[in-house]
Amino acid sequence: MPVQCSSCGQNRAALKRPKTGHSLCRSCFFWAFEEEVHHTIVSGRLFSRGETVGIGASGGKDSTVLAHVLKVLNERYDYGLKLLLLSVDEGITGYRDDSLETVKRNQQQYDLPLKIVSYEELYGWTMDAIVKQVGLKNNCTFCGVFRRQALDRGAMMLNVDKICTGHNADDVAETVLMNVLRGDIARLRRCTAISTASDGEGAIPRCKPLKYAYEKEIVLYAYFKKLDYFSTECIYSPNAYRGHARTFLKDLEAVRPSAIMDVIHSGENLSVREGVKMPVQGTCSRCGYISSQALGLPKLGIGKHHRLHGKILAQQPLTQEEERKLKAVDF
Amino acid sequence: MLYKQIIELVSHGTCVKCKENTAVLIIRVGDAFCRSCFKEYFVHKFRAMLGKNRVIFPGEKVLLTVSGGAASSSMLAQVQEGLGRDAPKKLRFIPAIIYIDEGGVCGQDPEKREETVAQLETIFRKTGFPYHIISLEQVFSLPSSVLEPVPGGARHPGGDYKAAVDQYIQQSKLKQKRGEASVEEAQDSLTRLNIYSPPSPEHTQTLQRLFSTLKTLTGFSDSRYGDVVVVRPMRDYSSKEITFYNRLFGVESVFTPSLDTKAPDKASIQRLTESFIIKLQADFPSTVSTIYRTSEKLHTASSPQNSSAELSAKCLLCLCAADTKAEEASAFQATLLSERLSVGKAQSDPAHSNPASSNPASSNPAGSCCQEQGCGAGGCCSTSRIPAPTDLKTLLCYSCRLTIKDMVTQMKEEIGEFLLDEDEDAE
Repeated sequence: MPVQCSSCGQNRAALKRPKTGHSLCRSCFFWAFEEEVHHTIVSGRLFSRGETVGIGASGGKDSTVLAHVLKVLNERYDYGLKLLLLSVDEGITGYRDDSLETVKRNQQQYDLPLKIVSYEELYGWTMDAIVKQVGLKNNCTFCGVFRRQALDRGAMMLNVDKICTGHNADDVAETVLMNVLRGDIARLRRCTAISTASDGEGAIPRCKPLKYAYEKEIVLYAYFKKLDYFSTECIYSPNAYRGHARTFLKDLEAVRPSAIMDVIHSGENLSVREGVKMPVQGTCSRCGYISSQALGLPKLGIGKHHRLHGKILAQQPLTQEEERKLKAVDF
Repeated sequence: MLYKQIIELVSHGTCVKCKENTAVLIIRVGDAFCRSCFKEYFVHKFRAMLGKNRVIFPGEKVLLTVSGGAASSSMLAQVQEGLGRDAPKKLRFIPAIIYIDEGGVCGQDPEKREETVAQLETIFRKTGFPYHIISLEQVFSLPSSVLEPVPGGARHPGGDYKAAVDQYIQQSKLKQKRGEASVEEAQDSLTRLNIYSPPSPEHTQTLQRLFSTLKTLTGFSDSRYGDVVVVRPMRDYSSKEITFYNRLFGVESVFTPSLDTKAPDKASIQRLTESFIIKLQADFPSTVSTIYRTSEKLHTASSPQNSSAELSAKCLLCLCAADTKAEEASAFQATLLSERLSVGKAQSDPAHSNPASSNPASSNPAGSCCQEQGCGAGGCCSTSRIPAPTDLKTLLCYSCRLTIKDMVTQMKEEIGEFLLDEDEDAE
């Protein structure tokens, strides 16, 4: 017996919503999905009229869907935004170079301007080179820091007012879990915020319009809308700590589909007790950009120290080899 | 630590504390202890927990919930020793033991149940403390006058005991709506407030219940029930420490199966979380302690400081702070919206959000409501009113709402073949 769409009651249902379990027809699903993103944007007051918004586009499903939905909503509800695509090339062969082709196609399909910034051009390093140096663990740390700056630089070059990324509900939930597991109180507090604060030099506020959209629903949306996206995972990700949180979350979702939203709910309702020492966001002593340490050197893993960290802080002379490695960006 | 190093340390190493005797075990990441230093460490931890927190005062009556498992037996042994005549700085409270037989819930064979109870009785008698053995089913024969969670504690057999009370007798009486579901719910609560079970699962509960009731459920003391305080002195111990202690110092324990026993990983969120943490701990030995420390630093946004709306802001079921103010931009809001949008255009009937009614499209209240679960809480409604259950939901915290929702879904599945209503997507 064919199931009717529970929303319009007329069409035959084409899918079952992972988020709520309701059976919906295609158009009702599209509508519900888009409405939810619209509501997220409006209630979170993410954008203002006339702003230029840079969409972090990787060519993957999240950013493709984000670009598509934003374009649709911008027109439907007349947000009055100027949209453009911003892409980062980390220099990962076999992954990023392929996905960038997808982004270029997106540019054509959605008729949005595109800007690509690369680690090579900004820092003189590619992720492949970094991994060769650092090994297969902890490289997400480097990539994350570099990417953040790269997005900001790219955005500044284009006079973007806000950056938005395709982080979905699964991502946010994983981050919450990960931060509990790692005891990262500071991040725990911030990670469920829908948009970042806009203080600090060189930091363009960024937001996550897809924050409450399930990854599965994003895939369903892209599938039914026949959107063009690149679906491979970063080749360095299997060794990431996040993988553990991800597996756990997937299992939780299998037991109880609302688990993802529940975790986010928990994360949002959380606060730190008084008297707990929190890290203070500072700036880099050399270039003034946002940094957690006086001189931006990563603290790797849980308790490992960069070999040169101590040396640098003590202002001891570095060999030429070491200097080259730590070359700061000139602009 | 390398396996080889561990072997070396234990076989040739000396105790890191007294530096004299040979080490017999390693706790935490690399501390090797000899037998007597370990005992000292263990006992000291127990006393320190009680002493530092100052919840139990001399002369007070303390009820010890013992499940028979390793941790509660260990706790029992500690109390025994602490009260013993030759103990330095004797503990000075009046203990009694309670054992709650859950065999009925787990479907245990009656003979096995009797056997277990007999074994435990032997152990209890040896302690010389007064003990009570009751079964979970007895919850339902409590007088219905105890429907409200009245602070006063007179409902408990044996009078006004402070600390370690069997919390789900109180929980269950709040849920005397549906037989099996109540028991399951009670069991759920038991697992959540699993006071004297090995700390690893407790930390898994930390993760699983996450933040909304974190402090209350896994903190040292829990004062949700008015003047009856629940205390968890074993929470700082790792299951390894407890096992070693019991083994080295001959603490008897009796294994009693619970709902979770032998359940596959995906059976419940508790099981899933438990196995996740255990696996993670193997690769990252500081996982449990990190989670533990993190939980200490957190509380819910809407908790202690908010004193004005206190009473009304408590969940009816678990008595933790209600966290369901649907703020503008929140996950909760988003969930509600999704529900609305998915059933949006066809049905604008608010009755579909009624958790108890099996006939969601019907807005006919006559006669149907009193058979459903909701009327126990707010008093029976008259047939001319819209069923009370819709209101019940608003009195629950986020997670209890989910539990009720799951319960209803489960119910519907069981009777699914008998439902002629074609409207299957409404809830």
